[in-house]
Amino acid sequence: MEPVEKTPVAMLEFEHPIVELERKIQDMRHFTSTENIEFKEEIKRLEKKLEKLKEEIYSQITPWNRVQIARHPKRPYTLDYINGIITDWVELHGDRAFADDAAMVAGMGKLNGKSVAIVGQQKGRDVKENIKRNFGMPNPEGYRKALRIFKMAEKFGLPVICFIDTIGAFPGIGAEERGQAEAIARNLREMAVLQVPILIVIVGEGASGGALGIGVGDRVLMCENSWYCVISPEGCAAILWSDRAKAAQCAEVMHLTAADLIKLGVVDDIIPEPQGGAHRDPKAMIDTVKEYIVREMQALLKVPIKELVDRRIEKYYAMGSVVE
Amino acid sequence: MEWFKKSKSGIVFQPKKEINDDLWLKCDSCKEIIYRKEVEKILWICPNCSWHFQINSEIYRAILIDQDSFKEIDRDMGSNDILKFKDKKGYADRIIEHQKKSGLMDAVVTGLGTMEKRPVAIGVMDFRYMGGSMGSVVGEKVTRLVRRATAEQLPLIIISSSGGARMQEGALSLMQMAKTSAALALHAEKKLPYISVLTHPTTGGTTASFAMLGDVHIAEPGALIGFAGPRVIRETIRQELPKGFQRAEFVLEHGFIDVICDRRNLKNLLVTLLNHFMGSKIPGQIEKSDDLFIDAQGNLKKKYQASKAG
Repeated sequence: MEPVEKTPVAMLEFEHPIVELERKIQDMRHFTSTENIEFKEEIKRLEKKLEKLKEEIYSQITPWNRVQIARHPKRPYTLDYINGIITDWVELHGDRAFADDAAMVAGMGKLNGKSVAIVGQQKGRDVKENIKRNFGMPNPEGYRKALRIFKMAEKFGLPVICFIDTIGAFPGIGAEERGQAEAIARNLREMAVLQVPILIVIVGEGASGGALGIGVGDRVLMCENSWYCVISPEGCAAILWSDRAKAAQCAEVMHLTAADLIKLGVVDDIIPEPQGGAHRDPKAMIDTVKEYIVREMQALLKVPIKELVDRRIEKYYAMGSVVE
Repeated sequence: MEWFKKSKSGIVFQPKKEINDDLWLKCDSCKEIIYRKEVEKILWICPNCSWHFQINSEIYRAILIDQDSFKEIDRDMGSNDILKFKDKKGYADRIIEHQKKSGLMDAVVTGLGTMEKRPVAIGVMDFRYMGGSMGSVVGEKVTRLVRRATAEQLPLIIISSSGGARMQEGALSLMQMAKTSAALALHAEKKLPYISVLTHPTTGGTTASFAMLGDVHIAEPGALIGFAGPRVIRETIRQELPKGFQRAEFVLEHGFIDVICDRRNLKNLLVTLLNHFMGSKIPGQIEKSDDLFIDAQGNLKKKYQASKAG
């Protein structure tokens, strides 16, 4: 039996009672095996209680809770998916103009034996890595690196997979100097007519043009507890309420969950997560994502490319709601 | 159509809302008190420091489009509060309030007209309506305008002035960036020109989509142009921003604007560019009929053909 972990990383507030109870059960099991104290009945009772508690808490999960889950440091990131799903991976660097942006990962690999191009935002798990990755907020060179890979994929007929996980494109002086807006705008235009299939998977957070800058595609999938919107809840709160602390309140009105976005026609399918969120069983999550990606890609590859691009454009033309 | 027609006496410029004084106004830039008539006469430019005042879509049309040639399209399209969004105030109420206050249905006016007899498709954003923010209506109207221009083989001009994507429509606002950019991709494939004019201010999702996808980018002097707003950047990096940061001159210096143009020369510049792109021969008249639509293949078709035949 493994030693009981006393200080788990980042426990979300709402899952506190669950984690506490799980720990208690684990402790009892530990004692049962090491001290020969019999807790069988008690464990049984607590396990029952745990099931009930989980049902209670996870059925009342709010949009803000999902935002918290999407930010959990144990949630799988882009490179975790790539490592878990893709073989023969070769990461490619640089935009051939200014720099390499570590907040944006790009390269080629094999999905079920077939070569694909992959692009995605990458967060860090600790301070050092986050500084390198700029907390997953790309600069213009990140979007230009992505475009370089898209065009290369088009040249060699490779389908594209994009993993989205960002709270936005980086708002900095250098980013503005180097044309953050232009870099994103160009990607939107080029992705709309790229002559290879594009599959988008929103795996964590997705805010603003920073997410959409690699997010135009034929099919858009979204992990159950991911969120996707025009701005982060904090940004929305700062602008509309002049108070970033109102983020939780904002999340409730922004319609940013996967279920909301299916209704609005912004995403095509939801990838279910392990109970309580991907961080509670990252491996299972990665396997499920693989299963979905493989299935979607097989379907996309059956459609003639011209038809696929026409459909892609029609899909975006239809988005929005107006009164005439 | 009455509401934007020119009166016989010439262009009637609307007084700037926040300044009540009929005779005098204060320049936003040099803070000089100036005689209103003087400013009006030179197209709302400060005679002292050349600051270009923000002007509305009606005035831009009067400046740029040949008299009586403008034909508005999708004029009655309005916003829909699909998310039932509520911050301090409900979005549904905001829509009505802004429509009343501005006399506009939403933040962009689109249509066809001529410039020195040359037919163009033109869209003009209007900052008066919710800060020129882009929601479904702006996205849809711009997209339809682009598609109309593509179908009729017209050059396209869009005058931007916008705070960015409209938060009250959530992800749907974001998707308008993809939608307008997709339409522009097809317009470009037909080798038709698109000139983007960026005025004060153009930021956020508007800059990060159609405003930055022109064959030529023109900016008005001093216009704030960027992706993130200065306040957000200052709060993120916690340092003061350099002088002139994100102003048109700064953006030109960094390579994202082709020309900074005084408003008094804007029409001339646009016509000269169109001549370069399309040849100096003026093509035939534009189709101004109301019963046109664009089918799924991007072809211009006439509506009600059956009833007309009968």
